[in-house]
Amino acid sequence: MTMPGEIILDVRDLRKSYSSATGAFERGGAESKGRTMAVDGVSFSVERGETLGIVGESGCGKTTLARILLRLIEPDSGEMRFRGQDWRRAHGAELRALRRRMQMVFQDPVASLNPRMRVGAIVGEPLAIHEPRLSRGRRRERAAEMLEDVGLGAETLDRYPHEFSGGQRQRIGIARALILRPELVMADEPVSALDVSVGAQILELLDRLRREFSLTLIMISHSLPVVAQLATRVAVMQSGKFVECGLAEEVLRAPQNPYTQSLIAAVPEIPA
Amino acid sequence: MRLDVRGLSVQLPTPGGWVRPVNGVSFALGEAETLGIVGESGSGKTMLSLALMGLLSPGGRASGEAWLHASANNGNGSGENLLAENPAEMRAARGRRIAMIFQEPMTALNPVMRVGAQVAEAIRVHEPSLGAKQIDRRVLEALERASVPEPKRRARQYAHELSGGLRQRVTIAMALAAGPSVLIADEPTTALDVTVQKQILELLENLRRELRLSMLFITHDLGVVAQVADRVAVMYAGRVVEEGPVEEVLRRPAHPYTIGLLRAAPRLVREKIEAIPGAVPPLGSLPPGCAFGPRCERHIAECDAAVPELTRVTAGSETHRARCIRADGG
Repeated sequence: MTMPGEIILDVRDLRKSYSSATGAFERGGAESKGRTMAVDGVSFSVERGETLGIVGESGCGKTTLARILLRLIEPDSGEMRFRGQDWRRAHGAELRALRRRMQMVFQDPVASLNPRMRVGAIVGEPLAIHEPRLSRGRRRERAAEMLEDVGLGAETLDRYPHEFSGGQRQRIGIARALILRPELVMADEPVSALDVSVGAQILELLDRLRREFSLTLIMISHSLPVVAQLATRVAVMQSGKFVECGLAEEVLRAPQNPYTQSLIAAVPEIPA
Repeated sequence: MRLDVRGLSVQLPTPGGWVRPVNGVSFALGEAETLGIVGESGSGKTMLSLALMGLLSPGGRASGEAWLHASANNGNGSGENLLAENPAEMRAARGRRIAMIFQEPMTALNPVMRVGAQVAEAIRVHEPSLGAKQIDRRVLEALERASVPEPKRRARQYAHELSGGLRQRVTIAMALAAGPSVLIADEPTTALDVTVQKQILELLENLRRELRLSMLFITHDLGVVAQVADRVAVMYAGRVVEEGPVEEVLRRPAHPYTIGLLRAAPRLVREKIEAIPGAVPPLGSLPPGCAFGPRCERHIAECDAAVPELTRVTAGSETHRARCIRADGG
């Protein structure tokens, strides 16, 4: 039995454009005038506990959309409500309080970890910011617990990121994202920098943590097969728009939009 | 042309001593055939191709044999052994008999040189006597062969002005400009969108048939290998652990690593994917016996005694072989 779920994130008609004539090497002229719509009227809502996969090829606007949702960049127009509050206009204490409930897992676990910080400090850093009154010892304990939850031992606390493999570094990035117990986690290409066998470990981990921590996940990827593993709903993005959005099984089995159909047809299949 | 690789090893110096990223690899690649080499990072698949191209970084040593001979000629030791050539001979062979395309076309192209001039360079190196007009014509032919639309206009552009797919077409044009018979493609579509990947794979397939290219296709993607390869070799920690006809290996894998890779690969149909526990061991500290042993669910004490031989899979076809003492359930 399914209950109508609580909407945790609601987005209405988001738009973001960039000027396409930029840079010292641009020649100008008719071709380069005008603006590119990176996000062109995107609306969707995410229910608590579900996993929404956003799929699209390079340049479709999925990363710009993610950055808007995280409030790293401002949209030109549109509305965003997170946990019922006006997320687009939140500022000050309200912004900080909401921000800790929405965290991010990045694509490149090498670039997203400070090479000069020990793992314990990296994972504990969000606590230092959002729970400044916590003692250093308690912070370290929480970091150790979190590392254990992602499958790393407490001995990792005092080591540096370069001592770990790509998959272990992605676990560290996930531990940092989850230590504040966020409600919504956005994962941008979380396995595309990893080998197949290691990527599968990370997908398993994300799915387990989603259940254990009652997370809502938004997974952004260029890969339909990767998204198919976790997503309950799939949105297909092309030229800044959601061209199809629906239950994962339905979109993958019977895609309605021609672009979705071509994306699915292009995936090289492994004989079963 | 056929490429016959026997006992190819690569040794690299590291602070902890010499390591062997490629360890006794043998295979035969027939004319107009595609052999897929599948492996994860650290498997040695890229190092293998660099060794064949004579492009190992200084300090790296390759040993073994890699014979290129005309297909009619099956005799041993005739033809040319790429691994025994001096740098000048290797330079002459590179591009002319064996060529390579890479994962990232942007880094393979010179950013401050028009792409046409780069294709021209690849031709001029091997045919210095050609005049400017002839070279221009050959450049356009090469770009057309790689299905570059509007080749005249594209030739005058720089790499940054081209899309990822077009850039890869340009590197394919460069690689094939001097008429090689063996092409090594190292993850040529990994950086591309899936719809563009499809076009590049189709292009390579057409070129293979038209030019009777022998292709070594290196990839981590089992779906891609199923689409392009006739045969596949799966590498783990420097060794081939399983090889055979691609359909057979993917449908009825014999080595636990191949089985694990297939289970871990995300597919469009949602199934429970199962990860392989653990990670690829560092080359400096390989476990005794079978390198996959510590991650293997079928592991028994005997597996650690010696590196298993690559032996025929009993239930499989004649050329299906696996490096596992328990491959047949034993």
